[in-house]
Amino acid sequence: MRHRTFLWFILPSLAAMILFIALPIVSVAVQSLFIKHEQVIVISENCGPFGCTEEVRIDTEATAVLREEQPLGQFNGLGTYVNRNHLATESVAAAWQDSSSLLDFGARLMNLPLYKALAFTLTYTFVVAPLVLMLGLIVALGVNGLPRMLRGPTIFASLLPMIVTPLIGSLILFWMIDANGIIGQSLQSLLEDPDLSLKASVPLTWITLIVYGIWHNTPFAFIVFYAGLQTVPKDTLEAALIDGANRWERVRFVVVPHLMPLVVFITLMQLMDGFRVFEPIVGFSAGANASSLSTLIYNDLRGDYQQFGSAAVTSILTILGVAILLTPVLIKTWRDFNRTRV
Amino acid sequence: MATALNRRSKTAMAISISLVALWFIIASFPFLWTFWGSFKVQGDFFSRSDWRNAITGISTVRETGGYFTLNGYFGAWIEEEFWRAVLNTGIVVVCTVTISLTVGTLGGYALARSGHRYAFWLLMLALIFRAMPHITLVSGYLMPFFEWNLWGHLPTTIIVLVAINQPFTLWMLHSFFLNIPKDLDESAMVDGCTRFQAFRHVIVPVMWPGVITTGLFSFLLAYNDFAVTAMLLSEENQTMVPRIASFLGTTQTQGDVMLAVAAVVSATVPLFVLIMFFQRQIVSGLTAGAVKG
Repeated sequence: MRHRTFLWFILPSLAAMILFIALPIVSVAVQSLFIKHEQVIVISENCGPFGCTEEVRIDTEATAVLREEQPLGQFNGLGTYVNRNHLATESVAAAWQDSSSLLDFGARLMNLPLYKALAFTLTYTFVVAPLVLMLGLIVALGVNGLPRMLRGPTIFASLLPMIVTPLIGSLILFWMIDANGIIGQSLQSLLEDPDLSLKASVPLTWITLIVYGIWHNTPFAFIVFYAGLQTVPKDTLEAALIDGANRWERVRFVVVPHLMPLVVFITLMQLMDGFRVFEPIVGFSAGANASSLSTLIYNDLRGDYQQFGSAAVTSILTILGVAILLTPVLIKTWRDFNRTRV
Repeated sequence: MATALNRRSKTAMAISISLVALWFIIASFPFLWTFWGSFKVQGDFFSRSDWRNAITGISTVRETGGYFTLNGYFGAWIEEEFWRAVLNTGIVVVCTVTISLTVGTLGGYALARSGHRYAFWLLMLALIFRAMPHITLVSGYLMPFFEWNLWGHLPTTIIVLVAINQPFTLWMLHSFFLNIPKDLDESAMVDGCTRFQAFRHVIVPVMWPGVITTGLFSFLLAYNDFAVTAMLLSEENQTMVPRIASFLGTTQTQGDVMLAVAAVVSATVPLFVLIMFFQRQIVSGLTAGAVKG
């Protein structure tokens, strides 16, 4: 295809991506270096019969005008990056000096909002992904063993948790685990603890969110594995059977190696999705006990006191995290691409 | 030998069936339960004394006189004007899917037929863009949109959703077009068509299965979005999902969470219908990216 024709075909799509994905990233990078103007303070001297007093007051009008004229605010360099709400370099250094053990250091880090959010995001990502892989494979193997008639309805039901709007899915589960809901009440009577609430403590909230993540993501792994199972070579399976391999060994040594490329694909998607976990925390109203990088940004942008600078810094750090996650994939694709060209 | 492979021991069969049955319940029960509960009053769905009240509906009979009540739906749709949000969602979703498919088919076709090195780089760039958390992009939009008075309107949101959709749409359609033989459009060009005419008269008629599958996923992305619609739309332009989220804030003070339950069920119905009609396409779309690498 000629370069010019290519350009005309791709132009609308490329323009949309540059304007609304690439430029916003630049805009975030710029915003992260600025901070809202501080309020203009006027010092006036009032002199009366008993001497002069200095009066300090905030000039609201001047502040508004200043903020109107320069919406970006004032240049702050990397100041926002290192403040207590973000990388908190000073607090981390202090914690490193004072803490007696690694555990203590970790506990101190958990008091800093960004590290707390990072801890949850990473825990969520790296607990949900392997469990989703395992459960997805088990369900796929199970469905593959069913009579053909039953497979359709099972796939239908399985698609529901995945396709439902994440916020709505988490609300549905949230109402069920409510202390007056069906699961919440059953757990209370099962554990004989009438005050049990899954929303009350940090570990229970984390577990709830992770369970939601598994419920939401397993269908994807299941469908992909199920499709992969249809292409497992029958000959190899039969050969393994002749060699005396039992059911478990056939799965372990024939099926799983055949599905390995799919495992890589699902892991990649899960890591990317897990890293931006957001809606469940809103849906479960879990903000008090769990926060992710995305909810930090969301909270900065909401309400009357929007902190663009702060949100931008967290965004840049999140983008760096995504970049780190993606690097191995990009390197691998680059190598494959060069190999096919040679 | 094939029979030996297919013959399974009874215990293995029983285990696999019970596992699948368990999964079936885990996957579908929450939806059935919430659907059923949406026709009850709060005293039953969130019963203090016994969860079985939600099934028998004791309070519902006492409060409304019937086993089922439409109070939640009435409150949400009429009193809280949820229909407005439904209408907005309809506009946003239809426009987003149409525009992103139009733009995406052109781009995907070009990427599949180019063969130059830069096409590969564009695809890589799209992959990186696809991994960006949407909320980070939103934090880039907000300030400029406020400055230029673009904030709060439906068209802005539609264009943003189209752009966010593009990386995925390009990838998917690109791999569909790779499966359409090159000879088809090239022979048309030998016969004197320009590239665009070849695309218009030869490729468009055969591309619909791929476009429909991609359209389904674009629909889901636009319909399920929360980050963009919640942050970029003003209150009267809100779509369903952010509207439901804001219900939660207001209804808890009124003590009537059933409005939110009814709204949630209403918003799930279209998805349910979608799976019913397009199950095959959804499954094939999910696996298309995976199996091809």
